[in-house]
Amino acid sequence: MTESNEIILSLKHMQKSFGDHKVLRDISFDINKGEIVTIIGPSGGGKSTTLRCINLLEEPTGGEIDFHGENILSPGYDRNKFRSKVGMVFQQFDLFENKNVLQNCMIGQQLVLKRSKDEAKKIALENLKKVGMDPFINAKPSQLSGGQQQRVAIARAISMDPEVLLFDEPTSALDPEMVGEVLDVMQKLATTGLTMVIVTHEMGFAKQISDNVLFVSDGVVTEQGHPDQLFDNPQNEKTQKFLRNFRKMDF
Amino acid sequence: MMATAIKEQPKAGNSAKKENWLVSTWKQYGNMILSGIGMTLLLALVGTIIGFFIGLLVGIVRTIPTPTTRGKRWALNVIKWLLSVYVEIFRGTPMMVQAAVIYYGIAQFWHLNLNRTVAALIIVSINTGAYLAEVIRGGIISTPEGQFEAASALGMSHNQRMWHIILPQAIKNCLPSITNEFIVNIKDTSVLSIISVSELFFVGTTIASQTFQFFPTYLSISVIYLVLTFTITRIFNFIERRLEGNKNYNLMANQVQVGTPKDAEANN
Repeated sequence: MTESNEIILSLKHMQKSFGDHKVLRDISFDINKGEIVTIIGPSGGGKSTTLRCINLLEEPTGGEIDFHGENILSPGYDRNKFRSKVGMVFQQFDLFENKNVLQNCMIGQQLVLKRSKDEAKKIALENLKKVGMDPFINAKPSQLSGGQQQRVAIARAISMDPEVLLFDEPTSALDPEMVGEVLDVMQKLATTGLTMVIVTHEMGFAKQISDNVLFVSDGVVTEQGHPDQLFDNPQNEKTQKFLRNFRKMDF
Repeated sequence: MMATAIKEQPKAGNSAKKENWLVSTWKQYGNMILSGIGMTLLLALVGTIIGFFIGLLVGIVRTIPTPTTRGKRWALNVIKWLLSVYVEIFRGTPMMVQAAVIYYGIAQFWHLNLNRTVAALIIVSINTGAYLAEVIRGGIISTPEGQFEAASALGMSHNQRMWHIILPQAIKNCLPSITNEFIVNIKDTSVLSIISVSELFFVGTTIASQTFQFFPTYLSISVIYLVLTFTITRIFNFIERRLEGNKNYNLMANQVQVGTPKDAEANN
């Protein structure tokens, strides 16, 4: 895990309200190149919303998101180009139902990055091999298990050569026996130097993989720091209470 | 194929006593009936196809996400409003009245004698477009939100997202409704006899008024309509079944089996 100080994304006092309900009050943090950031915290605390705001699936209602120093929320900013550089892996996989596994990994490259069909296919196959899904290239998403779908979704995302890859609770919708295969793939990705932001409930995984852990609750970053420090010696009362519940379950 | 089917249908449906009338009527009006059937099919088919594309365009425009700049936002709102007006007007008035208003209106105000067939095609198309716009909107809405989000996250533009991801799924889901619209069009083009388009019903009326055999003529015409709609329903059902596809994926037996079809089902 190489770490440099080049900041790719910087969130500054980001806010998001749904009607009167303020989900995000004040979220500020930086994502450095090559860094693996995990976001943990109680349900409804704003973890997923934070992640979805980063690639504008939700429109932040306040604050700023800087991508290489440029505010992506300013009017007229090329959002599609930005999104093509920020990959996303969803909780529900969301593979394109009308395309097979290979096409799922090719279509973004062809349409958005304007790669040739052959090039797109070559890259897609490489990445499908990385996630161990190359025997299934002709399968439709509905013919695959959840874990398999999620691995294809990861291959689809990395085929775009993103600068940052966002994971929105990638294992929460999976049966327990399939969690491992997806985490293994993510672990492997982490060693390639890819910048990753992961929202997860897998505390053991978060502790092991991340360079920086954010504890988000009630719409603010309550605590952040190195995993050893945050997990073993949390300073904030809320973090302590949250992690105590996990201790009881003995992860 | 259709022609022979139609020739045979009335014979099977009527008693031997009528056969004489049928044969003589067929000899006299056969060509007229055939061209009436042709016109009905042409209007319904072309109208449904053009209407389908109108519906697609309306569906795409109506689902454009709100732009970030004010000028574009304003323009989009105006266009969306115009489209709702179009849909409301053409869904909210009978096609018969639309045909009369448009055809006679153009004749009166522009002194333009529009070809009746062309006029009929235009009316059926824009009328069908208004209905199918709503049908397709329904199909787009019922496509899971995740499909939109996944396409957006890859950086696809609205057009790419719609044509490559959303519409193929939406149209598949709308196919029964589109078939329905086609069937309705076959029957409802009969109201275009008001602008004297010589489709099947108009032909029937002509024959009836010349032979004074009102009941047998209209009965035969109704049988022809039934044969047309029934055949088309079967064809579309066949297409739907072909689009369904297989539920399971068979790997080559010697490959490492990470997941079985069984847990694929359990997960869906």
